[in-house]
Amino acid sequence: MTAVRCVDLCKTYRQGDEDIKALDHLSIEIDSGDFVCLMSPSGGGKTTLLNAIGGLDLPDSGEVWVGDQRVDRMSKGELADLRLANIGFVFQAYNLIPVLTAQENVEFVMQVQGVPSAERRSKSLAILEEVGLEGLESRRPAEMSGGQQQRVAVARAIVSRPELVLADEPTANLDSRTSAELMELFVALNEHHNTTFVIATHDQSVMKYTRRLVRMRDGRIVEDIAQHAA
Amino acid sequence: MRMLSVLSRLAWRYLWRNHRRTIVMLGAISIGAWAMIFMTALTRGMVDQMILDGISALPGHVQVHHPDYLDDPSINNLLPLDDEELERRFAGAGFVAWSSRVKVPAVITSERESRGVTLLGIDPAAERGLTFIDEENIDGRFLEGPDDKGIVIGAKLARTLETEVGKRVVLMSQDPDNDIADRGFRIIGLFHASMPDHEDGYVFVGKRVAQNMLRIGGATTEVVFLGDDYRNVEPTYEQVLAAVDGSVSVKRWNEVATYLGSMLEVMDGFVVIWVIVIFLALSFGLVNTLVMAVFERVREIGLMMALGMKPSAILGQIILESMLLLIVGLAIGDLLAWASIQPIKDGLDISIVAEGMEMMGASSILYPKLLLQDVVLANVVVLILGFLASLSPAWRASRYEPVEAITKV
Repeated sequence: MTAVRCVDLCKTYRQGDEDIKALDHLSIEIDSGDFVCLMSPSGGGKTTLLNAIGGLDLPDSGEVWVGDQRVDRMSKGELADLRLANIGFVFQAYNLIPVLTAQENVEFVMQVQGVPSAERRSKSLAILEEVGLEGLESRRPAEMSGGQQQRVAVARAIVSRPELVLADEPTANLDSRTSAELMELFVALNEHHNTTFVIATHDQSVMKYTRRLVRMRDGRIVEDIAQHAA
Repeated sequence: MRMLSVLSRLAWRYLWRNHRRTIVMLGAISIGAWAMIFMTALTRGMVDQMILDGISALPGHVQVHHPDYLDDPSINNLLPLDDEELERRFAGAGFVAWSSRVKVPAVITSERESRGVTLLGIDPAAERGLTFIDEENIDGRFLEGPDDKGIVIGAKLARTLETEVGKRVVLMSQDPDNDIADRGFRIIGLFHASMPDHEDGYVFVGKRVAQNMLRIGGATTEVVFLGDDYRNVEPTYEQVLAAVDGSVSVKRWNEVATYLGSMLEVMDGFVVIWVIVIFLALSFGLVNTLVMAVFERVREIGLMMALGMKPSAILGQIILESMLLLIVGLAIGDLLAWASIQPIKDGLDISIVAEGMEMMGASSILYPKLLLQDVVLANVVVLILGFLASLSPAWRASRYEPVEAITKV
């Protein structure tokens, strides 16, 4: 079953007097439960593709489908609903709401979804334990390390069991040990929950954890290979 | 409801994220609310006192006259209802107080001076609560009944006439046939009033003595009724109106003392203007606080949108933040206003500006009046205007594109 389908996507940004083609007639299909790494140098188009899939940014032309829903034709409200119900996000930085504790951050999406309080509490505690943050539930982001914050972000992204998790440079601000721990966590979650992961990165060490490597350059896919994860 | 719970928590936490700024803003709102309510209570107290003084200067809440009496308050415009008829219609009707009077222009003469005054023939027992006379504050004594043959004049008038308690004066007026009606009286008391004009302009004699002097039998010139509240005289007015016919005119106090009525309306308008002016000063701080609060967390707003929060929820969160700030500030301000009124609720001596106050018809003791309706008005106006003022920054926050907001540096 196809989790994501992009057809002939184009997106151009204006930078000064220059037009930058972030996506250049790009097409890609990602199966449900897949673990994909989008890799490119800076400006290669991976973040733009991730944003288009997540409905954070609209392409100039082409089609974006998540499951059977056409994303590029949705209103702002419909996009918000899609993200809330179907997609988990992990960003490079500024991932957490600073005025909420780790547990409240994890519960945030469920609370917006209307999950009852007791269920929220049990799910959030369980997922925090799963990502190795037991005992840090009441800490605020400023009281946690970068790695711990990313783990909270991951916990929040997967706690409501989205079909798709989009991670943009999740290891960029982490040391190599913490990066490895985070990627192992992604792999475990992918295997245990069959969640589709799409990770945009230029960190070479990340690709060994993924089952599919998509290399991009100048808004185009230049290589798309299946591989054995570490 | 569930979104309200999410938004309330976020709004409250964000409010205290920059606690110094919030405390400064809360201080401004509290002082603003305090100023609105405290000043309104003082002004309301002053106007109330002026109106009560004015009402106690004889108009009561509702008056009945001959239809021409107010244009020509003379003996020729007697009420067509005599004392017996009035007693039959109004005694036991449940008014707080009511009284019939003889009230005509007259001249008072001592052995040295003469002055034009208003002669009031009253039944002192019925007049309690209807006149400005404080029976405890009289040099000598007050009238003891409608047949009392003495006269009570103002202390100021006594000085003008160069007379005193125990001396005799002559009152002169006209009877219904336009013949001179006069009588000698012994001064039995000098009254003091908060209004100098009252001390100068009125003299009191027994009602039946006045009726005899003016040769009008049991007739009077006005009947005055007192209800429960000068702001709501309609029940009293309707009751009186139902008991009389078209041969007399029935007026509310603000129709008789139009100056006082206008003052009350001006006061009500002034309260609203005062509240709005204070709010306008506050609104700059409020909008600035919200703009800064939005500006410093653009990325977090983008993050919330990326996580599935709708623009309307972002709008609601910023407005809620503003409302929480205002509610807390108003609550503190309300409490401060109440606390600062308590020590002076029994009267604030402003005799230092007494002359000016008396010129305006107010006494030199100010009794602040904290009305629930004024507190509610101030709070509601501030909340409504605060809501409107917060719309712009909230709208701006809700219009961010998630992808731009997240990458905002």
